[in-house]
Amino acid sequence: MSVLRSDNYDLVVVGAGPAGIAAAAAAAKAGATTLLLDENAGPGGQVWRGLTSTPLTNRDMLGKDFWDGQLELEKLRSSGAEVLQRATVWSIDPSLQVGISHGGASRIVQARRIVIATGAMERPFPIPGWTLPGVMTAGAAQTMLKSSGLVPSEPTVIAGQGPLLWLLAGQILRMGGRIDVMLDTTPKGAFAAALPKAFGFLTTPYFRKGLKMLREVRSKVRIIKHVTRIEAQGDGQLERVVWETAGGKRGEMASRLLLLHQGVVPNVNLAMSTGAAHDWDGLQLCWRPRLDDDGQTTVPGIYVAGDGAGIGGVGVALARGRVAARAALTSLGKSGQDADLSAARAELAKANRGREFLDLLYKPAEQFRIPEGDTIVCRCEEVRASDIRSAVDIGASGPNQLKAYLRTGMGPCQGRLCGLTVTELMAKARGTTPEQIGYYRLRAPVKPLTLSELADLPMEPEAVKAVVR
Amino acid sequence: MTPMFSHIPADQRPTLEIFVDGQSVRARRGDTVSAALLASGLDVRRDSAVSGVPRLPYCMMGVCFECLVTIDGVGNRQGCLIPVAPGMRVEIQRGKRELGK
Amino acid sequence: MAQVHDVAVVGGGLLGASIAWGLARLGQKVVVLDEGDAVRRASRANFALVWVQGKGAGMPPYANWSVEASRQWPGFAEALEEQTGLDVHYQRPGGFHICLNEDELAARQRVVEGMYAQGAPEGYGLEMTSREDLEKALPEIGPEVVGASYSPHDGHVNSLRTFRALHEGLRAFGADYRPDHMVDAIEPQPGGGFVLHTEQGRVEAAKVVLAAGNGNERLAPHVGLFAPMMPTRGQIIVTERVRPFLHYPLGTLRQTDEGTVMIGDSKEDVLDDGETRVPVSTVMADRARRTFPLLNRLNVVRTWSGIRVMTRDGFPVYDQSASAPGAFVACCHSGVTLASMHALDLARRIRDGGLGGALAPFSARRFADAPETLLNSDAAA
Ligand SMILES: Cc1cc2nc3c(=O)[nH]c(=O)nc-3n(C[C@H](O)[C@H](O)[C@H](O)COP(=O)(O)OP(=O)(O)OC[C@H]3O[C@@H](n4cnc5c(N)ncnc54)[C@H](O)[C@@H]3O)c2cc1C
Ligand code: FES
Repeated sequence: MSVLRSDNYDLVVVGAGPAGIAAAAAAAKAGATTLLLDENAGPGGQVWRGLTSTPLTNRDMLGKDFWDGQLELEKLRSSGAEVLQRATVWSIDPSLQVGISHGGASRIVQARRIVIATGAMERPFPIPGWTLPGVMTAGAAQTMLKSSGLVPSEPTVIAGQGPLLWLLAGQILRMGGRIDVMLDTTPKGAFAAALPKAFGFLTTPYFRKGLKMLREVRSKVRIIKHVTRIEAQGDGQLERVVWETAGGKRGEMASRLLLLHQGVVPNVNLAMSTGAAHDWDGLQLCWRPRLDDDGQTTVPGIYVAGDGAGIGGVGVALARGRVAARAALTSLGKSGQDADLSAARAELAKANRGREFLDLLYKPAEQFRIPEGDTIVCRCEEVRASDIRSAVDIGASGPNQLKAYLRTGMGPCQGRLCGLTVTELMAKARGTTPEQIGYYRLRAPVKPLTLSELADLPMEPEAVKAVVR
Repeated sequence: MTPMFSHIPADQRPTLEIFVDGQSVRARRGDTVSAALLASGLDVRRDSAVSGVPRLPYCMMGVCFECLVTIDGVGNRQGCLIPVAPGMRVEIQRGKRELGK
Repeated sequence: MAQVHDVAVVGGGLLGASIAWGLARLGQKVVVLDEGDAVRRASRANFALVWVQGKGAGMPPYANWSVEASRQWPGFAEALEEQTGLDVHYQRPGGFHICLNEDELAARQRVVEGMYAQGAPEGYGLEMTSREDLEKALPEIGPEVVGASYSPHDGHVNSLRTFRALHEGLRAFGADYRPDHMVDAIEPQPGGGFVLHTEQGRVEAAKVVLAAGNGNERLAPHVGLFAPMMPTRGQIIVTERVRPFLHYPLGTLRQTDEGTVMIGDSKEDVLDDGETRVPVSTVMADRARRTFPLLNRLNVVRTWSGIRVMTRDGFPVYDQSASAPGAFVACCHSGVTLASMHALDLARRIRDGGLGGALAPFSARRFADAPETLLNSDAAA
């Protein structure tokens, strides 16, 4: 892999979403040698997916938020940062060596500081039948829309909760896509619980956008509220969606597509694999890296910015990216950054306002996080909730022993789609807390790479001695 | 089969030809392999490596590994992260990968 | 004092679970005390070979014990399946140790000759194999492979499923498995029997078996035993699932019943199992692809490292305490290979109260710094 200019960088940033773009731009502008890596074909991450390539060139289609990304991208382009797309980071070790796979070859790069900005992923939504072809995440549909101009054209149900669900429904409809039914799983009473926090929220632009979004979707889609049970049914592919509401009403609809979404959670695999400590967030119901004010993890020199640090949205992600980059540079002794750091901190404080409200309002209900019966939990290894409960009965006290018994989390996704469910399910089955249960121990490679990529890396004599004996 | 997804009329990108299990398919430049497959109207379900049940892409963002396909002879690649290229040969996977493929 | 349990087994890894399963099968009331979820556990990190060739170089009784273990494995696997319905996929097609150059081949030849020179077990069958013969068994080997050694006793198993079957079996026999019960101290009682202290409270038992892996070193002196350990770290690579192509286990490469390919294994004097080292994986990956060039394009999905349970001289230690009879210790590296002996043979000896002459060579008395308190096995017999 000769595309890189160097083997050594002041700062390596992983992930070219808002946080990574902001971090790389800030660092490079301040004179640091900076490398930004992302596994997708183009920059933008989730919010700005397809920023440079979307077929939706009519600016109204994706809205101002989307095109704001171009301003940040401009800053990145003029900053002098080196950017490599389709580059997957599969390893970061405590000495800040970064394993990068690109175009079928791998290379190890030495960083002086690292910002992990790998963002969020959608929370697992383990309902009966969620592995059937035709069941996808709402985010998947959004990705298809932004990067390929593809919208659902057959009978479609969208289900779940959270601001993104509504935003996505709105985007699909505006683009002429089809949504027949929305199953809203927000628990009864959740809104009331969140109201006291509304003040912080009201002063952010979220609120105005939120209302408009709700109105738009409500006028076009049949909305079923307080849904307490959803099942995807079909033989080899989705044929119908069946549901039940808090009032005991049942319903069903023949459909080709079911889009699921109940919020996003930090994608912590890479950060965890470095050994950085993570804590359970009882409000957002997920793991978060333990960070200092500037976003530095418990592994010196490794920072986490963006949604990977805790869900905050674009504004927070941009601010966190700049804070982390500037703090990293300050620690490297690059002068003249302090003023900027405090400005970035102020930007972050402002962006953070209103978040707690959304978290309370959209806390997903237990039955959609902790499945019963033989619902599949681990999609890759096809392990069911009932298998996990029996493993707890014979003595599995946490995810790692569970892995040994059942192979949960050992498939190609490496626990990304089952990890949270496993932690919460085991906590409930054992009558303890998610902290007590813990998470899978993750190690490099966090993404698969070919054996030859691994074998082609430089040989160290001391490593040869450890193997050839 | 009618595809679950259709291109919006505003999408005017040029098309290119790929082959899915030998069959010619028009894809739009810039699409990922998975997006092109889902828009093709073909039955592109793969069989899982564990029990052989049918699966389709789930997340389209690189985390779930449901989109695994054989591309130009190399198996188990994440179709949702790889853009289509002219003449690309895509094969739908049937169960476990074969060594050397 | 009324003893609630006949035996308390400390450690619920493969070793502890095998012994406890064997004891429970004999009708003993067993409690197993184990640590929590995130601990070092070789039973979750091993390579899953039931491996005989080369074992016991320098200690003939260990070579015998290993051959016997391989012979007992089919019955052991059957008993587990009968009880739990879990097929642990034990297979014994014989196994190869591959050599990639003439130096390795010469070294291997010396190992084979050494085993015969020290008096190999009946029907040992270990022999060198030429490249031509190897090609018949393993048509896909690469051009660098020059030959191998072969033992008909070698095989492999799904060790994680074995681990689970043992734990399911323990439950079915009514044994009491308690995770999150790390044992801090053990007190022999004046009239016989033991009190074990854990953070969750005390546990009483008539006998105690130390099977706490490297943790035995700390616990053994509490009951007049000796377990000098010398752990090392081992790293393993595993690939995605592929269709079956490899029908024999090799010393450092095997295909599991699930289809994944496991590539082993390194040996470092580092005891942090939280880390895996890329350079070490690189060397292992390189050897694997030189053995089978077709592996080149396979995806590696995981690597991990584990801490080997290893006595100071590498041979098993089995002992009973002279100062506190009823306290036993068992430590060894190859807990998968020896699981059959631990479950079917060692457990019976422990129930009967003495290890017997056959196990005398495994006493820790062989170490120069061993204390006086070790009961020699013949005396107990
Ligand atoms: C890389 C590697 C490769 C291997 N390959 C093979 C192979 O191919 N074939 C083979 O036969 N063997 C192999 N082994 C060895 C095999 O895994 C071990 O022999 C076996 O797991 C040892 O079992 P154990 O119970 O002694 O140790 P462990 O599995 O480590 O279990 C010890 C248990 O004791 C518990 N414990 C420790 N202290 C206390 C305490 N104070 N109180 C309560 N509980 C305690 C621990 O939590 C743990 O559960 C390998 C090992 C490694 C690391
Ligand atoms: S569809 Fe989820 S990884 Fe590609």
